[in-house]
Amino acid sequence: MIYISRRTDVSVQKAIAIKVIAILLSLVVCAIVLFIMTRLNPLDIYIAMFKGSFSTQRKFWALLQNTAILLCISLAVTPAFKMRFWNLGAEGQVLIGALVSATFMFYIQDSWPSWLLILVMLVASVASGLIWAGIPGYFKAKFGTNETLFTLMMNYVAIQLVKFCIAVWVPNGSSVMGVLNRQTQCGWIPSLFGQKYLINILTVAVLTVLMYIYLKYSKQGYEISVVGESEKTARYIGINVKKVIMRTACISGAIGGLAGFLLCAGTGHTVSATLAGGNGFTAVLVSWLAKFNPFGMVLTSLLIVFLQKGSGEIAQAFRLSDNISDVTTGIILFFIIGSEFFTNYRIHLRRK
Amino acid sequence: MAVKAIELRDITKTFGSVIANDKVSLSVYRGEILALLGENGSGKTTLMNMISGIYHQDSGQIFIDGKEAVINSPKDAFAYKIGMIHQHFKLVDVFTAAENIVLGIRKTLDLAGTKRKIQEICQKYGFEINPDQKVYDMTVSQKQTVEIVKVLYRGADILILDEPTAVLTPQETDRLFAVLRNMRNDGKAIVIITHKMHEVEALSDRVAVLRKGQFIGSLKTSETNAQEMTNMMVGHQVSLNIERPEPLNPKPRLVVENLTVVDQDGIKKLDNISFTANLGEILGIAGISGCGQKELLESIAGLQPVESGNIFFIEKDGTRKQLIGLEPLKIKEMGVALSFVPEDRLGMGLVANMDLVDNMMLRSYTNGKGLFTDRKSPTKLAKQVVDFLEVITPNIFTPVRKLSGGNVQKVLVGREISNAPTVLMTAYATRGLDINSSYTIYEMINMQKERQVAVLYVGEDLDVLLELCDKVLVLCGGKVSGLVDCRNTDKHTVGALMTRLGGTKA
Repeated sequence: MIYISRRTDVSVQKAIAIKVIAILLSLVVCAIVLFIMTRLNPLDIYIAMFKGSFSTQRKFWALLQNTAILLCISLAVTPAFKMRFWNLGAEGQVLIGALVSATFMFYIQDSWPSWLLILVMLVASVASGLIWAGIPGYFKAKFGTNETLFTLMMNYVAIQLVKFCIAVWVPNGSSVMGVLNRQTQCGWIPSLFGQKYLINILTVAVLTVLMYIYLKYSKQGYEISVVGESEKTARYIGINVKKVIMRTACISGAIGGLAGFLLCAGTGHTVSATLAGGNGFTAVLVSWLAKFNPFGMVLTSLLIVFLQKGSGEIAQAFRLSDNISDVTTGIILFFIIGSEFFTNYRIHLRRK
Repeated sequence: MAVKAIELRDITKTFGSVIANDKVSLSVYRGEILALLGENGSGKTTLMNMISGIYHQDSGQIFIDGKEAVINSPKDAFAYKIGMIHQHFKLVDVFTAAENIVLGIRKTLDLAGTKRKIQEICQKYGFEINPDQKVYDMTVSQKQTVEIVKVLYRGADILILDEPTAVLTPQETDRLFAVLRNMRNDGKAIVIITHKMHEVEALSDRVAVLRKGQFIGSLKTSETNAQEMTNMMVGHQVSLNIERPEPLNPKPRLVVENLTVVDQDGIKKLDNISFTANLGEILGIAGISGCGQKELLESIAGLQPVESGNIFFIEKDGTRKQLIGLEPLKIKEMGVALSFVPEDRLGMGLVANMDLVDNMMLRSYTNGKGLFTDRKSPTKLAKQVVDFLEVITPNIFTPVRKLSGGNVQKVLVGREISNAPTVLMTAYATRGLDINSSYTIYEMINMQKERQVAVLYVGEDLDVLLELCDKVLVLCGGKVSGLVDCRNTDKHTVGALMTRLGGTKA
């Protein structure tokens, strides 16, 4: 008879070993599935997958840049999640941040010095993201409204706002916003050592370290954990629960707004309704997979971006539809998430 | 008497590196009540969980009625007619008693027949239960009754009860015991886990003692006494007297005047309460549970909105400070500490998923420099509490949810007392604790008294209240029904005050 019992003491090495085995197994299963469906050599496909991220320098920098943005959004949702505040509105918080940045670029153009414009855009984007998450935070704290639905709905408001602004700014009806300040590059985050994404990447790297310290060693981080684990306990020891909820929602939104700024000022220099590209939701996965540990999130976001890039490359190289890459990504994530079961439980056989 | 209902042979169970049971051999006979004794974490609950199919032993054998039994799941246990009533009830709140009782039985649902059968069981053993009452409307004692009827309904004739009296009032306990005696006389085998010695003496036929996972021995209750049983449990001689040092220079520290508290439904929880707590004295608060004890302590700690009245904190120089309306953190800074041990120990005072150090930090995290927390002093405190109260834990970085109930409580009470308060409020501090730990807690409370702290001690055990406290304030239905001096009052006077109003004031 198969018997399942809870593990209480899993060593770090064992946990890592379980993960590695899961990834290897998932690659084997992927290979079988790919072979059955495409009759291609799975090894070729895996090589193509690596090429998606590592074949050229440009691709490698794009990998880092995409990872940085996804990581930034994941860092945004993490403090809220630690507090069990299910912020599903990162998509909207990013968008609104990007929209505010774009608004400044559109109206100011080059009448301010670039550094001033960048600074103002940064502050305004962060503030707008903060407000976008602060509104559901306020209602949660004051009236106990459901933050999951509220933040989710705020996404649609943000999307419609972006569409509205583009419709006003681009009167020709194409509803596509071109690159802003293409000639002057005013309000563009400058290149560093010739790499245009380096500042983005460094910003997120610093933010990762700060978030780790904030959650682990600061008083506010401790309050977040206590409120998340048990509101009753928090109230009992005198934590102002409402204040912590609002403050944490605001921090979450502010970082989302920052991600929007990085996307607009540091990456595309434009705005569109699909700018966040679902990263606001992928970030939920990244954060959970890493168990809310910012350093773990570096790995999980890298993995997910790598899979996305690789999938795109496969689809292109073998003229397959995009769906096949979704299948492989799905299988790999299934194994990684499923392996959690084996770190938490032990299975043994016993005579009946 | 001679039929062995359960026989355990060399049962061993380990959790990781912790040996919970070490070659335990034990028998339970039909028609007897066996009291299983042991300190917190001595493996009583683990042992019983193996009989009821929640765990499976690593080695050793279980015999039911002389035949070897393999119990892999609670279902198997039911097949052997074993039923366990856990400390934490497992009932569906929105269902009625009858619905909860039939839940999980794979037969066509026949509620009318079920109710009839429930009535039969109730009449046979003397339960009182309304099969149509919803669980959320029930008192703790009624919920427990449903749990017991549930296992009887399924035909159990071996019953295991894990600390059934921990949440009951003395009257409810008496009723439970009457029912248990009826069942014993009906030939059922009953195992009861409890820490209260007078209950063991009043109820059981035989006692079995576990210590640190090992079986120490079993005795006939009639041939032993509390002192001997305690010594067996602890492993060395302990004194069963609670000290009561004379108060040194008592002066008013906390004055409560005409305090009235109304709950959300508009019901008066506290009605015009007035009293004074002196520093250097222990003021006991007695009363049937739910008579306003919780509201009283929470009002003082600033956690409960107050309708009217005053709560004054008297400074050393005699100035009075109104506590009503202050933030809980402000009140805490004045040295007013509340250690409330709720029915659900992990619900309020501790965070289950955090380790001992982080739980110690709940009270002190604001002390760190600037933006950051200081983990050094909570680490030190965690070590002290573990050493002093003999908390059984792998280390101080273990989440408290992994500790046994009694050990969780030691962590909670240890933290509150170490807070170096000026007013110490503790409620049910020893609920569910074994004798040795209880006495350590009494000792700690007495140390606070000698430190000139004003102590408010809410308790359930009248013997302890009268031995430990200087005065006892009796609450009944949210009103003060009496204030007695413990040095010249007996248990019956207090018991009478608890159930009716209009006592004399000392």
